[in-house]
This record gives sequence, C-alpha cells and structure tokens, in this order.
Amino acid sequence: MQFLVDLASSFGTTLRDVAPIVLVLVVFQVLVLRQKLPRLKQIITGFVLVVIGLSLFLVGLNDALFPIGETMASQLTASNVATTEAEVRWTDYMVIYAFAAAIGFATTIAEPPLIAVALKAESASGGAINAWGLRLAVAVGVAVGVSLGCFRIVTGTPLQWYIIVCYVIVMIQTLFASRTIMPLAYDSGGVTTSTVTVPVVAALGLGLASNIPGRSTLIDGFGLIAFASVFPIMSVLSYSLINSKLTKRKRSQTSTEL
Amino acid sequence: MTAFFNAIFSRILGAVRDLAPIIIVIAFFQIVVLQQPFPNLGETLVGLVCVVLGLALFIHGLENGLFPLGEAIAQAFTKKSSLVALLSFAFCLGFGTTVAEPALIAIAAEAAEVVALAGHIENEASVRDAYALNLRIVVAFSVGSAVVIGVFRILKAWPLHVMIISGYVIVTVLTFFASPEIIGIAYDSGGVTTSTITVPLLTALGVGLATSIKGRNPMLDGFGLIAFACLAPIIFILAYNMVA
Repeated sequence: MQFLVDLASSFGTTLRDVAPIVLVLVVFQVLVLRQKLPRLKQIITGFVLVVIGLSLFLVGLNDALFPIGETMASQLTASNVATTEAEVRWTDYMVIYAFAAAIGFATTIAEPPLIAVALKAESASGGAINAWGLRLAVAVGVAVGVSLGCFRIVTGTPLQWYIIVCYVIVMIQTLFASRTIMPLAYDSGGVTTSTVTVPVVAALGLGLASNIPGRSTLIDGFGLIAFASVFPIMSVLSYSLINSKLTKRKRSQTSTEL
Repeated sequence: MTAFFNAIFSRILGAVRDLAPIIIVIAFFQIVVLQQPFPNLGETLVGLVCVVLGLALFIHGLENGLFPLGEAIAQAFTKKSSLVALLSFAFCLGFGTTVAEPALIAIAAEAAEVVALAGHIENEASVRDAYALNLRIVVAFSVGSAVVIGVFRILKAWPLHVMIISGYVIVTVLTFFASPEIIGIAYDSGGVTTSTITVPLLTALGVGLATSIKGRNPMLDGFGLIAFACLAPIIFILAYNMVA
C-alpha cells in the first residue's frame, strides 16, 4: 500500500517537473510555429513513457538504493575513532575514498541524461564517438572527483583552490584537444550530476562532514557535486587525446605493414 | 504491439546492464567491508525491479518522443527563420525548466540558511524565504540567458572554448570577492540545475539546429548548451551574493 502511495507521489513530482516544459512547447507550437508536428502520436506516446519511466525509476531509487547508500555512508564514516580535530588523519579514511570512487562510478554509468547525451553523440558523430567509451570516461572522472572531494572534506581545505586548479587544467587540455570533442566534453560536466548521483553524493558529503570533528555540514558538506561536474570535463578531454593517439598509431602501423 | 514489447524487452536488458555496477558496489561494501546483513532485502528487490523497468521505459520514450520532438522543433524554427521567436523559445525553455526544479528549491533554501547563519541577512523565516525565492529566480534567469547565448552561438558558430574559458575566468575572479560560506553552494548549483528531462531536450535542440543550418557541424556546434547552463548559475549566485 505504501508502495502505491509512493508511486503516486513520485508521479505527481515528475508531472510537476515536466509541466513547464510541456507548457513552453505547446505555447510556441500553437502561437508561433503553427505547424503540424510530424509523427505527433509517436511523440506523445514517447513523452508519456518518459514520465511513467522516470516516476518508476525514482520510486525504486527512493525505496531501494538511497536508503542503503545513506546507511552505508554513515556506517563507513561512523566507524572512525577521531574525537577532536587534531586527531583527524586523512589516511584513516581510505575506505571512504574507495567507497566514494566506486559509488561515483556506478551511479554515473546509470545516469539517464548521460545515456541520452552519449546516444546523441554517437549518432551525431557518425559513430566516431563510442557511447560506451564516453560513459566510461565520464564515470571515471566522477569517481576520481568524488573521491578527491571526500579527501577535501576530511582535510577541510578550501574548495575554491581545488576547483580553480581544475579550471586551469581544463584550459591547458583545451589547447591540445581536438575541436570536435570540446563541446561534448564541456557538456558532460553538467550531465553527470543528475537524478541518481546528486542525492547519493550529497548524502555522502553531509554524512562525512557531520561525522568528522571540526567540520561544518553547511560549509564542508557542499562541494562534492562541484567536483563531480568538473572532473568529467578533464577525463573526457583526456579520453579523446588518448583515443586520437591510438588511432594515429594504428594508422601508421597499417601503413608500414602495407 | 509485439514489436513494442520486443523493443521494451531489449531496453530492460540494457537497463539491467546499466544498473549492475551500482548493485555490485553496494553488495561488495555491504558484504565484504561492513560485513553486515542486508537491511530490508525484500523491499530493496522490489525497488530494483522498479528502477530497471523505469529506466527501460524512460530510454525508450526518450528515443521515440523527446529526441524527435527536439529535432522537429529545431527544424520548424530554422524554416520559419525568425530569430526573435527562436531566442525567446530558448529563454522560456531554460527559465521554465529551472524555476520549478526540485534540486534548485532545496539548494536555494540551504543557501538562505547559510547566509542567515553568517549574519548577512536577518535570521527570520520570512527574510530567508524571500532570499531563497529571489535566488531561484536569479538562477532560472541565468539559465534562460545561458540557453539564449548558447543558441546564438550555434547560429553564429562562435568557438565554444573561448566563451567557456572566459566563464571560468569570471568565476575565478568572483570567487576572490565572494563570502566563503556561499562558494560551495554556488559551485554545486551549476551541476544541479540541469534536470533529467532538460538535458535530452536541450541536446536534441542543439544538435537539431546544428544539423538543419547549412555549414554547421552537429559535433562542433550542436553540443555546448548544457555547458552554458551549468556555468551561468555559478556566476549569477556569486554575483547575487555580493550584491544582496
């Protein structure tokens, strides 16, 4: 019974989420474009499926995965013995960094908007960009980012220095990266932090900040999402650099064989 | 009808593959590291079935509904070739999807609390609510403007990296003048504002525009709308905090 109530309320939130989009689309369609959309029936069916799918997905996450993620985050952080700020050693939290990396990677692979963008990138590039390769590259970026973000919370160092250094690295990579991958790489930063990753990662950050003496949940608890949105840009740019090196080598090998 | 069910079935297989890493990670840490029995195993399994089914339907609907829609609208706008109509559509889409975004509502409330605790505004419910509402409108406005700039860039084929890097420089400069309490929230807000439905629609719109305009490359010009939508809120929240 509780399940049906959850499902109904999730359906309601998804509808509220979709409503402004539908409103904008309909107003412009009727008042400005005044054209018949091709395949209207198929589009409406697709939209209904998106809403139903998203509601089911969110109910499942709330009932199954988030509670586990949260209890695990607090269990893992609570097992530590430090009671004063001076006793906090960053080396005592290795399990946390490992958990952060693993959960960051796993949630990103399942992130629906990332799947959408990866599919679009594969078709727009005519198959030159592999959807799975892109998703793996982004997920590795999120894993490293969230892990480093946890290190920052444990040590209590200022967030802005990390992020600004990341910006500088992105700028340097931009100089060397191929022009075609750049827009996609920049986009992948915002795509990763969505329905699945944000709640899990935010719970991890807040749990960690509240269990470490001398950290404030308000100031230190934030910032993990910022890490999770900058690191994929770097990892996708690196992925494209490695990818183009490999194809070049392959090409030169085949030419020497000939 | 059978074709539909066959399609859904293969989507379900795909969804299982997508979710396998989460299940493996949770099971590994639960059994090997924490060494505790699984809490509420039955409920968790029901939830997992929902997640798999939901993801399968979502992806199917995306490819058959949201993507064709975004492309059809992009094509209709290029045929009509009214710049004002296209740009106002871009703004409404960005503003409308952000102002009601649940994640943004949560972040705005937290930001108001942080600023009140730091003593920058009065710590009263009405003052905090007003601050949070203003912040939401500022962020929604920033995303709307970001999508407008992004669409304009596609039309003009301006190089994206120059614009994004200038954005980074602005963020860096503003960070030095912002109060330290707001920095974490501002940086986080960039990733939060782009939701599950906005991202596919914006991507389809961008790629659709780049495909239907002659001389534009969908890879070079079609992507980038989301990058703008992520960067603008950081800049606007830092600036708003300094002004307010």
